[in-house]
This record gives sequence, structure tokens and C-alpha cells, in this order.
Amino acid sequence: MSSSTPALTVDGLRKDFGPIAALDGRMVRVLHGIHLRAEFGAVTTLLGTNGAGKSTTLACAQGLLKPDGGTVSLLGHDPYRAGSEIRSRVGVMLQDGGLPPSVRPAALLKHVAGMFRTPEDPVALMARLGIDEFAHTPIRRLSGGQKQRVALAAALVGRPEAVFLDEPSAGLDPQSRQTVFELIRELRDAGLAIVLTTHLMDDAQRLSDYVYIIAGGRNVAEGTVAELTSHEPTEARVLELAAEGRLAADPGLTAAGLTVHPDGDGRVRIAGISTTAHLSAVTAWLERRGVLPTALSMQPRTLEDVFLHLAGGSAADSAGRPLDPPGAPDHRNRRLPQEQATPLEQRPNGTA
Amino acid sequence: MSTPLAPSRHGGNAASLPVRILRHGRYETGLMLRNGEQLVLAVVLPLLALVGLTLVDVLDGVGPTRIDAAAPGVLALCVVSTAFTGQGIATGFDRRYGVLTFLSTTPLGKAGLIFGKAVAVLCVLALQVVLVSAVALVLGWRPDPAGILAALPLLLLGTAAFTSLGLLIAGTVRPEATLAITNLAWVLLAAAGGLLLPADRLPGALSALVGFLPSAALGDGLRAALMDGVLPLGPVVVLLLWAVAAGAAATRWFKWT
Repeated sequence: MSSSTPALTVDGLRKDFGPIAALDGRMVRVLHGIHLRAEFGAVTTLLGTNGAGKSTTLACAQGLLKPDGGTVSLLGHDPYRAGSEIRSRVGVMLQDGGLPPSVRPAALLKHVAGMFRTPEDPVALMARLGIDEFAHTPIRRLSGGQKQRVALAAALVGRPEAVFLDEPSAGLDPQSRQTVFELIRELRDAGLAIVLTTHLMDDAQRLSDYVYIIAGGRNVAEGTVAELTSHEPTEARVLELAAEGRLAADPGLTAAGLTVHPDGDGRVRIAGISTTAHLSAVTAWLERRGVLPTALSMQPRTLEDVFLHLAGGSAADSAGRPLDPPGAPDHRNRRLPQEQATPLEQRPNGTA
Repeated sequence: MSTPLAPSRHGGNAASLPVRILRHGRYETGLMLRNGEQLVLAVVLPLLALVGLTLVDVLDGVGPTRIDAAAPGVLALCVVSTAFTGQGIATGFDRRYGVLTFLSTTPLGKAGLIFGKAVAVLCVLALQVVLVSAVALVLGWRPDPAGILAALPLLLLGTAAFTSLGLLIAGTVRPEATLAITNLAWVLLAAAGGLLLPADRLPGALSALVGFLPSAALGDGLRAALMDGVLPLGPVVVLLLWAVAAGAAATRWFKWT
């Protein structure tokens, strides 16, 4: 069922928030030119840490936010100006659900179904997602995972051609997660374009046909799961050093393809050390800066290092700021190693 | 895999706009009627006011009997209960929980959401008017038959003005603030805003000021209609101006998230 025209194309998407009073009324740019493309019959994943700009990107793609630059085309239309006919072909599951607390799932899904000419049968959909067990319990009394399934059903009840799922596995127990994943694959096989966001490597790995890694409001890597997981040299090391004074990257270091990630307390980490030439570049850089480290060690690269390296230093660093200093290497074609199949939270300490 | 989940695949799948609005109106009417606090505000307190005003002498001299002077004001109070306070609070919390955002992604859309809410307010108001009128008739109310037709446009204009004001508040401040503001306003407008007591019964300066409020326009207008059988121009103009101004302000400043 796949078509040559993508369900969604986003090019050069920029979004500014503000003016922010705490920043003297300045604007904050949260998206710096995002691009993505979602095909029919495929799961397209936006992977990134919290605050990377995934939800803002989705909100622009869904027409909930007006972009400040770039173009968005959803089913061939500008979603921000789209009318009810376009909305009827798109299902949306919001990150916080957007469900009315006092309403019961059965009543809500019947109501949402009533907005469509030929909806899915809400009763069958509830049975499929296991919602029938709590169909008549007010939504405020449901668990996070139960609410999540109701929100998914609400996104699907109109039999959409494209669905946006913002963190669809958040709060799900393993069994519901399996149910939801099966359903997503089935929808993909039925020809739907599925765009989802996640911060879990495992979800991205298990579901995606194509992954965009987003950090600091920019695209930092993309590819099929196979492409992203097959080529990274696994012997890459992280060099940790401690020194008095300021240690910023210089052109000589960035030319070697290395970037500096401050850890605080005068410690910095340099990821992606895979050859002795890299090591020489680091010592030459220290010599140019006139810095003799007080400590220096090589560490095996952990999952978090890889992700944070791509994500630009640290998770806290990612919101509303440029990722890398000007002149930093383009990360677009960087590969993710196999170990990233593990969710970030379950990273084994110190091993890769 | 019991359920086939295939896309509709025939272009748009939206129900027609009138169907969406009526269905959303029915849904929101159900929510309002099942909400205990809203029912107290919409039915219990107005009925208490109706009975209470026939037992005390504050309205003596306003109309031929106490109930004739009280019933129109209580109908005006019903408008403020449902269109302003009840609707404002519900919309404020819907906004907080992202319900407005979610519904605006469905074919209902923003316009359908607003018109659906308006339908629900009118449905609940119709039930209030029937109930309050029935109780008032039992208590001896004899409205001017000519005024019943004149009361309708006043009720509709009042509903438009107070729905817009409720949405303006719900769409600009936190839901807790909406709750406080609209409840406080309900009490103040009922007591001294020209709803239950005619504006000219209030002390000097206050009386002139209150006359320009939508509450006084609605209360005094309904009293003129149902006691004297006329459609007074002044209140109609005041209500129209408030409806247009509040509608424009809500359109301009209402935040969906």
C-alpha cells in the first residue's frame, strides 16, 4: 500500500517560543531546521532525550503549532491551515493524553467516533486494546498505562491514514506494551504512515523502519535501524580528563572529528576515540592549550556516551540551544552501535 | 487480529459540520448535567433564590407581586450560572488537561468545539428555564404573555455575552483562577450586579455603574419584558455590545493550551 508521495514531509522547520519573561523577554529557538519524511506503510521514529524538540516537531506536523520557518506538508496539505477533511484522515495521540478525567473510556470513544463518517467500531477497538476491562471507569481513576491505551484508541477510532503517537509506550507494563507494539505493526502493514516519538532505544529498535535522532532541536543522525546499528566501531573509547582552567575545543581538535563535553568540576569527556591518531590529536590539543591534566583515563564507551555524544553533550543541555560549537563536525551520518537496543535507564554501568 | 484495522482510504472521513456540532453539544450537555457542583449552581441555588425572594421584602414595589419581580431575575441568574460560571470552569479544566487540544485534532476542530459548547449551554439553559418557570408558576407567577416572546432574544443575547466572557477567562488564566473568579463574580452579580435586584435599587453611584453591566442589562431587561410586556432597547444594546466585545476578546486572546 505504500505510495511514492510521503504522508509527511518536513523541511527546514524552525520554531521559536517566547518572549520568555525570565530571559528578559527574549525568544528561544527550540527547532533549528528539522527535516523529516514519513512514508505510508512505515513506522518513522523521532528519537531523542526529553526536551530535544520531538513533541514540538510533532505539534508543528499536526498543525497544532504554527512553524516560524520551513515547510510542513501533511497528506499534501499545510496542516496548520487544514480543515476537517484533512484532520479526519489523521489520528493524534498526545503525550499527556488530552483525555477528560470525568468521562468513561466507552463514552469518550463513542463520542470521538461520532466525529467521523465511517469510524472504527469503538467496542471492537476497545476489546482489541483490552480497554473493555475498564470501559466504564472514569478516566481519572485509570492507571497511566490504561489511559495511554485509551488515548491510542482515540487516535485510531477514525480509521486514519496517518497517525502521530507521542511516546506511545510511556507507562505501559510489558504486556500492554506488547499489545500496543503488535497493533502499531499491524497498522503499518495495513498501509498507515506512523510517526512516533520515543526516548527509549529499545522502542525505536523494535518498531521503526526509519529513525531520526533529534537533539537540541536539530537532526543529528538518521537511517534505518540496520543502518544505524551496524557500522559504529565498537572499540571506540571515551577519554576522560581533569584539569585546572578552561578546556574548550579548538579547530585542531574538531578537525580530528572530536568534540569536548564538559562534565563539570573541571572534568571533560571526549568520545569517539578509536585510533591512536585521535589520541595524538588530544595530546596536541592539550599542548596548544598549555594544559597539563591532573588526571587522564580511557574508558570503554557506554550506551549513554554514544547517545549523549550524538545528542550533544548532556540531556540537560539539549533544550533550546545549539548543540555543538560552530565548526563541529556534521553528525548526520553517524552510526549508533548495537548496544543501543537497551533503554537508557537500564544501561549497565560502565560496560558497553 | 480479530479487528481489521484498515484506513478509510476514501479521502475525508469527517462527519458533516452540523452533525459534529450537535453531537458535541449532546456530549457536553450530558457532562454538565452529570456534574454535581454544576447542578447546584445551575438549579439548586437559583430555586433557593426564587423561594427566598418571595419570603423577604427586598423586591417589594418592583412588581405587582414578589414572585412577579423575582422570577425574571432568577432566569437571568440561570444564564450566568450555566453560560459563565459552569461553562468557564469546565472549559478551564479541559484546557488544563489538554482535552481542548485533543478535540481540536479530531474533525470537530476549534469552531465545532465552540459551537458545540454553545449548543450545550442552550440545552441546559432551556431545562433551567422550564424548571424555574414551573416552580414560579406554582408560586403564583403571572408573566405578561406579550413579554414571553421579548424574553427570548434577551436570554439569547445574555447567553452569548456570558458564554464569551466565561471563555475569555477560561482561555487566559489558570483553571483554579477561573474557578475563583467566576464563582466570586456569580455571587457579586447576583447580589449587587442587577441580576436579582433592579440596578436602580442599588445605592446612587453604584446604580449608574451597574446599569452598564451585562448582568443588569439582562436582569432589568427580563423584568421589563416579563412584567410589562415590552422589549426595552437599552438592555438589548448593552448586551449586544458586551457580546461583541467579549466575543472578539475571546477570539483574540483565548489560548488552547
